[in-house]
Amino acid sequence: MKFNDAVFGLILLALGALVLAVVRGYPGIPGQQVGPALFPGLIAVGLCVCGALLLVKGWRERQAMAWMRLGDWAASPRHLLSAALVIGSVVFYIVASERLGFLPTASISLAALMLAMRVPPGRAVLIALIASLLIHAAFYKLLRVPLPWGVLTPIAW
Amino acid sequence: MSAALLQAFSMVFEPYTLLVMVLASFYGLFVGAVPGLSATMAVALLVPVTFFMPPIPAIAAMVTATAMAIFSGDIPGCLLRIPGTPASAAYTDEAFAMTRKGMAETALGAGLVFSAVGGLFGTVVLIVAAPALADFALNFSSFEYFWLVLLGLTCAVFITSDRPLKGMVTLLLGLLVACVGLGNPAGFPRFTLGNAEMTGGIGMIPMMIGMFAISEVIRFAVDTLPPGEIVVEKVGRVLSGQWALAKKYPVQILRGSVLGTAVGALPGAGADIAAWMSYAMSKKFSKEPEKFGTGHVEGIVESGSANNSALAGAWIPALVFGIPGDSITAIVIGVLYMKNLNPGPTLFTTNPQNIYAVFMLFIIANIIMIPLGILCIKVAKRILRVPRNVLMPLILLFCIVGAFAINNSLFDVGVMLAAGIVAYLLEENGFPIAPAILGVVLGGMLEENFITSMIKSDGNLAGFVSRPIAASLAAVVVLVWIAPLLKKLWSKGRRTASSTAA
Repeated sequence: MKFNDAVFGLILLALGALVLAVVRGYPGIPGQQVGPALFPGLIAVGLCVCGALLLVKGWRERQAMAWMRLGDWAASPRHLLSAALVIGSVVFYIVASERLGFLPTASISLAALMLAMRVPPGRAVLIALIASLLIHAAFYKLLRVPLPWGVLTPIAW
Repeated sequence: MSAALLQAFSMVFEPYTLLVMVLASFYGLFVGAVPGLSATMAVALLVPVTFFMPPIPAIAAMVTATAMAIFSGDIPGCLLRIPGTPASAAYTDEAFAMTRKGMAETALGAGLVFSAVGGLFGTVVLIVAAPALADFALNFSSFEYFWLVLLGLTCAVFITSDRPLKGMVTLLLGLLVACVGLGNPAGFPRFTLGNAEMTGGIGMIPMMIGMFAISEVIRFAVDTLPPGEIVVEKVGRVLSGQWALAKKYPVQILRGSVLGTAVGALPGAGADIAAWMSYAMSKKFSKEPEKFGTGHVEGIVESGSANNSALAGAWIPALVFGIPGDSITAIVIGVLYMKNLNPGPTLFTTNPQNIYAVFMLFIIANIIMIPLGILCIKVAKRILRVPRNVLMPLILLFCIVGAFAINNSLFDVGVMLAAGIVAYLLEENGFPIAPAILGVVLGGMLEENFITSMIKSDGNLAGFVSRPIAASLAAVVVLVWIAPLLKKLWSKGRRTASSTAA
């Protein structure tokens, strides 16, 4: 997904302005010229300068470089689904893992992703189950990371 | 000294450490050999596991895995024309051309042997230079450190990137991320959005896992190119003929190793830049430059030794000043802090045994690379056939668990995802990622030294150049900043001169 540099320029200008607005409210330290606002303030000024330069550069190149250009994947439902599932499965883990538990969440995500990436269904489900169990064993038992049990709490081992 | 050496020896040759090294070697060889997985990703994925190890085995795992991954990146480059890691990209076409001519064994053997030679050379420089530099650095105050950090960041933007403006943007973004939380000299909560988890700052490790691993998984998911075809059927004796090559190209090996170590030591530039520069240099000084690109081994010998020597070179500023030489040492510095081995010159005086142990680990890693590398080349065909559509979802799950494991927090998993998406978008649009990493790692150090210096000099900026070393470092920083401008003026002047002459 490629954007014209001007798009990044605008985003950076907005970010720089936002940071400057936020740090204005930071308190000073009595008896000192330098406070917590100075360093982020300097960064924000830098972001604004770079943003302006990118904006000019992008505007000059607007004939050659469209505002946004999608890759070949945008026309392929399979690739679109895979990309959405990569991001979706991390979000799904964040939202569902506490309640559902690690094992079901991980197995569902893995199986869905592998199916989207064209792994044969039987193999995808089998690998998803075995891999979830192995990773769970390694991190929960060996490294003592408290992965959640969720709905499987009654049979927790 | 001898007591410390003995202690280091016993820490390194402990069965647990040796076992970790062997396992990390296989892991590194595997990750490096699978196209799309980089050496940096190998280290980022290792962190959650090393988190639970004592310091020396943890460092051992990272040192061996990287050395192996940088070498094994040559394998798919040679057999599939897809570099396994970016560090192999410089000579992928050359190696593949050799494979086409039926010389895959020579190409892979040269990659292996001269990787080990370059790695050992870099290690020797590390052993000699680091303690001497640390001695020197003990006299540094906040002024010198401020300029040193600024020099590192400046190099990352201006020297190692062909797009200084875009490098500057990612550096500033990295520095901004480093501002989040309470970790500033005033102890004031900045950009926390009222979120309790953000007062501690944005976790460096989840961010790195996101930037190096999640972005690769996304890239794979949207990759529409068909997989490459393996050309050779069998790879046999990889070591035969290597001695003859060593005798034929001693200057090239030395030049590659020296350049690699130097580039590695430069903050922000890693093995991949070392390999590109070295390959270009090899072609420029070669007696037969016309053969380059047609399946000629000379460039592989030189840049193969350069990319591995860069790994050890990158540890010099990391250990002595706490300034990472490349993105791998940026991760390593994070781990060193977690293990209470705060990098800096005092590490050499307070914990010399740990430093000696690191030196030994480098030597062992580069020596065991040869037998294990041969083994890896022999089973390369099988590794290359591992279906990546199975591997990538597994890596994604591993990333999630790894990011969670650092603080047992789902917030970190979110940080990882956000960093991954941002890194993917930035890289797609030609923004280099290395300056962002350096910005995150060094932001706190830069601000702390800046504020301390400002307080010490009572707000007088002249104080920043009042000490001789600080003034020299400041001069170098300014020179690097204005060099692109001078270069532009110079070429413009020459153009005008030649047009008036015509």
